[in-house]
This record gives sequence, C-alpha cells and structure tokens, in this order.
Amino acid sequence: MQYNLNHLQKLESEAIYVLREVAAQFERPVLLFSGGKDSIIMGHLAKKAFQPAPIPFPFLHIDTGHNFPETIEYRDDFIKKLGVRLIVGSVQHSIDTGRVREEKGRYASRNILQTVTLLDTIHEQKYDAAIGGGRRDEEKTRAKERFFSHRNEIGQWDPKNQRPELWDLYNGRKHHGEQFRIFPLSNWTEMDVWQYILKEQISIPTIYFSHKRKCITRDGVILAYSPYLNIDPDEKKNIQTMTVRCRTVGDMTCTGLVESAAKTVEEIIEEVAACRFSERISRADDLRSENAMEDRKKEGYF
Amino acid sequence: MNQKTYQEMELLRFTTAGSVDDGKSTLIGRLLYDTKTIFQDQLRNLERLCLQRGEQLNLALLTDGLRAEREQGITIDVAYRYFATPNRKFIIADTPGHIQYTRNMVTGASTANLALILVDARNGVTEQTHRHLFIASLLQIPHVVICINKMDLMNYKQEVYESIKNQLKDFIAKLNIPDISFIPISALQGDNVVEPSKQMLWYNGPTVLYHLENVHIGSDENLIDCRFPVQYVIRPRSDEYHDYRGYGGKIASGVFKVGDKIKVLPSGFTTTITSIESPDGSIQEAFPPMSVVIQLTDDLDISRGDMLVREHNQPTVSQHIDAMICWMNNCSLRAENKYILRHTTKEVKCVINEISYKLDINTLHRIENATELGLNDIGRITLKTAQPIYFDSYRRNRSTGCFILIDEKTNETVGAGMIRDV
Repeated sequence: MQYNLNHLQKLESEAIYVLREVAAQFERPVLLFSGGKDSIIMGHLAKKAFQPAPIPFPFLHIDTGHNFPETIEYRDDFIKKLGVRLIVGSVQHSIDTGRVREEKGRYASRNILQTVTLLDTIHEQKYDAAIGGGRRDEEKTRAKERFFSHRNEIGQWDPKNQRPELWDLYNGRKHHGEQFRIFPLSNWTEMDVWQYILKEQISIPTIYFSHKRKCITRDGVILAYSPYLNIDPDEKKNIQTMTVRCRTVGDMTCTGLVESAAKTVEEIIEEVAACRFSERISRADDLRSENAMEDRKKEGYF
Repeated sequence: MNQKTYQEMELLRFTTAGSVDDGKSTLIGRLLYDTKTIFQDQLRNLERLCLQRGEQLNLALLTDGLRAEREQGITIDVAYRYFATPNRKFIIADTPGHIQYTRNMVTGASTANLALILVDARNGVTEQTHRHLFIASLLQIPHVVICINKMDLMNYKQEVYESIKNQLKDFIAKLNIPDISFIPISALQGDNVVEPSKQMLWYNGPTVLYHLENVHIGSDENLIDCRFPVQYVIRPRSDEYHDYRGYGGKIASGVFKVGDKIKVLPSGFTTTITSIESPDGSIQEAFPPMSVVIQLTDDLDISRGDMLVREHNQPTVSQHIDAMICWMNNCSLRAENKYILRHTTKEVKCVINEISYKLDINTLHRIENATELGLNDIGRITLKTAQPIYFDSYRRNRSTGCFILIDEKTNETVGAGMIRDV
C-alpha cells in the first residue's frame, strides 16, 4: 500500500480543512458565490466538508445586475440542489440608495462598485468571515494573500502588514467589527480547477463551453454584446457573431471571451494546457492598470 | 500532457531563500519562463514595464506583486507561485531576503518539503546564508539545495564553487539536515536551472529543475505515530441521521484503519473506529494529510481540540513545554508574558517561564542571560500552558510538534514554536 495522495487530493484535503477551520473559528461565516467555476468548486467542497450535515453557512452573491443570464439560471439551480440559503447583495440597490455612483462612458462597469455592496452587506448581516474563491495563481497581488486574510473594521486589507501564516495553524482571532477573508483555493491553479471539475463531474454554466454569440471587440478584448455595455457609434462596426466561450465569469461588461471550439471539459483542458495567455488577459477590469487588483483589494474587493 | 498523467502528479512544496540581490526572484522567473509557465501577456506586461523604466528584461518583477515591491525593487512579503512539469506540480514560497523579514522565511519553510538557498558566488558565504541554513534545519525541511548563483560573473570557475562548498562544510556539520546538495548556476543566463550548463562541464550533477522533479518525497510524512486532532464535530441532527456523530479532521500522522482500537485524549476513554469517510466516500484506512470524518463505536464526549491516538503509542501530555521559538513581532517576548498558544486544533493560554538562551545563528553560540527575544530572534524557551496539550517533539513529528503564539491584545501571530525532545 502506497500512502501517498496525488496533488489534486492534497489540494482537496487542504481546502476541506480550511472550510472546517472557518466553521470552527467564526460565528457568522458566509461563502461568496458568483456563479463562476471557482465558487462552484467551493460549494462542492463545502458539501464534502460537512456531509452528511448541511453546509453550516449561507452563500452570498454580490449581484451587479449585469450578469450573463446563464449564470443566474445556473446559480438558482445549484443553490436549490445544495440546499443552502442564498443572500443577494444588489449593486443596483447601492446605486438607487446613493451609496455608489454608476460609472459613465465607454468603459463603464459595475465591477468596482461591487466592493461597496459587498462591504455594506457584510456589515448589515454582521458576517465575520467571507469565504472567497480567489487563487494565488490568478494575479500577482493575489499571490501575496494568506488563507486567513485579516480585514480591518472598514474592510480594508493591509498587504504590507499581514500576519505570518505558519504550518496549518490559521489564526482567525480578531477584534469586534473586524473581519476575515478566507481563500480555501489559494494553492489551486486554473488547470487544477478544470481537472477537478473533470474528476468530480461537476456541472458548470453553459457559457464556459463554446457557443455562438453577438460580440464586440474592444482594445483587443472580446466582450459579449449586451444592453449593459455603453457602445460608441463608431464601435458598431466591431459587432459580429463569433464562436466563443468564457474563461472566467464575471460581470458582462468586463468579462472577456475567448474564441474557442471547446465543447467539453476535456477539450477545455487541452485548450488551457496549450494556451499562452493568462486567465486575466480577458478581464477588462484587471487591464486598467498594473496595480488595478491591489488597489481594489486594499479597499475590500473579493 | 495527457490527463491520466496529470491526475497522478505529485505535489512538491519548496521555499527559496537568499540575501537581497542574490537572484532569487530571477531564479524563480527563470524556472517559470523555461517551463513555459509565464504567459505571453504577463511577459508583454513585463517588457513594457522594463522598457518604461529603461531596464533590461527583469524576471524578478514577475514575482513582486505589490506596488511597493516594484517601486523599491525588493520583495517584501512571501509570494506563492505555481508551475508544473509532467510529473510534479510545484508550489513555491518565494521569501524575501531582507534581514528584517526573516519571519517570512520561517513562514515559507514551515510548509516546505525542500528549500532552495541562494548564495551569490561573488560574495561567498554570508551571515544570511548561515541564517537560512539554520532556519531550514530548525524547521526540519527534509531536503535542502544550495544554489551557488551568478557563476557567470565568476567566469564559471570550479574553484569558486568548491571554495563556497568548503566554507559551509563545518557549519552544515553542526546542523540537522537529512539531505543536502550543491548546484552551481547562473539564474540570469539559465545555466543549470532547466538546461545543463555548457559553461560548467566540470559539474556532473543534476540541474535545479531535474533535482526538483526527482527528489524522493514519498517518505517525508510520519506514518508511524497515529495522531488525529479533532477539528470539527459533524452532527446533522436530521431525521435520516438522527444519531450520527462524526469527527472531522486532518490526519496529522500515522495510518488509521477501520476496526482500530483508539484512545481519546484528554478523557482517556478507549473505543473503536467504525468508519472512515474520505471526500470520495468510505475508506478502510486513512493517512496524512487526508481530511476525513471518523466515526466511533461509543458515544463519547469528544470535541474540537481533543486527539485520537493509539493506546500503545501516545504523545506527551503535559503543561510544560520546552521549545525553540522564532519571534516575529516588534513587541519582544519576555519571561512572564502571557500569550495564546495554538497547537493542532487546540487553543490554550500560556505563560513564558524563562528564556533559556538566545541563539547567535551565525556562530550557533548560545547567549545566556538574554532577557528578551526581539523581532527575528531565535531562542529556546520554556512555557506553561493553562491546560495540558498533547504533543510530540518537532523533530519526530512536524504536525504535532509545532505551535504558534498569539498576542491576546493585538491578536497578531507573534511567535512560531518547535517543541524539543522531552
């Protein structure tokens, strides 16, 4: 008998350990659910971590109102199957109540506005830990994240002054009003996620697979054509029907698509293995500047 | 890469350490670049950034994720990086070389199977080299590789390599590192990183990548001493699972089997394992580092922080701890200070009895009569916990021999402890 786990089993075990640690150390945790593949995997792992008992925390979706309809359809079905409670924090509500102001112009996106809605919801619901699907391989600022990441009472991250994190001893102690962000998938890569989806036969929203869609190409990024996108008259010529799929899923205004014929998870894996561009290339939100992610994260972004 | 291979890949965690400008980030950049892990868009970004600064392509900027790091050209915090070859997936903890950031190396080392320690061939062995080797030994990293870097700047001369190896011989003899090797490299030029060097034909050993891919890690876990710290009690309280009571946790060490007679600490009750549930369903045996749920024959009062062990192989149960400690906070450790101690899944209060000595880690001399341990100091202390904890020595068991200290006022993690042999 070989007493060795392969790397996917080790990552799975680590994520389950972190999820149980959250349930043990916090009073009011919540799992941030976007309908993207990483948060779907977290839902799947949370079920495994606590079965046959129910998942001991609700899920929270920060809804920009600019979703792919396929994501919302998937979300409602997934939540029903898991039997968890879903809380929706609405960016539209934040706009209506004057908490944030809608961006203007061609590049307008509700991506940044989500932070306010997220922090308001965490505050209102008194959550003390928000579990996120962030992975360190996604982006260089995320590479500096802890599993248990401390946030001050206004939800901010101080990357230069993080608690050391040693062995598997996670320190979730905090003062009243402070909170934590927890990242169980810290050590997973995009490839690990797809391999795990394949191994576990996890269903994912249809937009991850190749489909035909009306798109607009802007600054080299292919965006889904939608009423949420502010399109200048001179851009109309860039609208065309393309065969595409999502590599990451977010708000329709900033989720770039890739041209792809991949119709199965196996084909996606082949594509990812051969691809010479990072996942974030298709995220208009990250392309804003070299420090875009760090600046958003310090303010309390996912 | 075919999928079957991918699902059978091993995982190796390694950490890198070196002084400022030893070329650590360049080495990592090189490993990522040569294994085609760096994406074209990341490379383009990098080229743009370097052009704007009027610099040559600087691979170090790939790992310096924070604005302040890029501005100052130094690594401030541990960065985690990932790459894979057909046989293994690698997790790199890239730790800063600044003296004031030694706590980060300890952090990176705590989860590593292997350490890459960089020495600048021009400067030879420095205070930092000793510090890094000592930390690797203290943290019981099973495999250490000393990369003698910037060989290109020393005309790839064998004497340089041999001389550094010799300089380290006496120091290494005083440490406890089971597996150590030396590789002459140029991270900048790529010599002996992924491809064997054409400039150093006198060197017949493996390249850095070959070593990382082939070093034997299968026996790094402790499979002898059965230790299962209870992490979370699973009680569905549903009609279907009315009387279900399972103990969730991660196997710290040893192999647990269904039917095994086990003892519960601290109560001392003995009982039998009736089932083990893994993430993939019921299994007959569980080993580290599996996260499982264990069910027992008897309905006992067992909660988080308790430990399941074998009757004839028990850990030490005591309130008195003798440990080496790395201090990680500006607020010094002193005798009589009180802290919260976190060990496995247990949290207890403790008070420091005494500082036995502080260590000069360049000479390994003991400084007796030390009254405090400051930031980045390493020393030996004794402490007393409010309740007994169940532990092994760190040397024997990395999982049940380590602990952290937390400052009760700030909630910060202030110290990392490794329990000494009783």
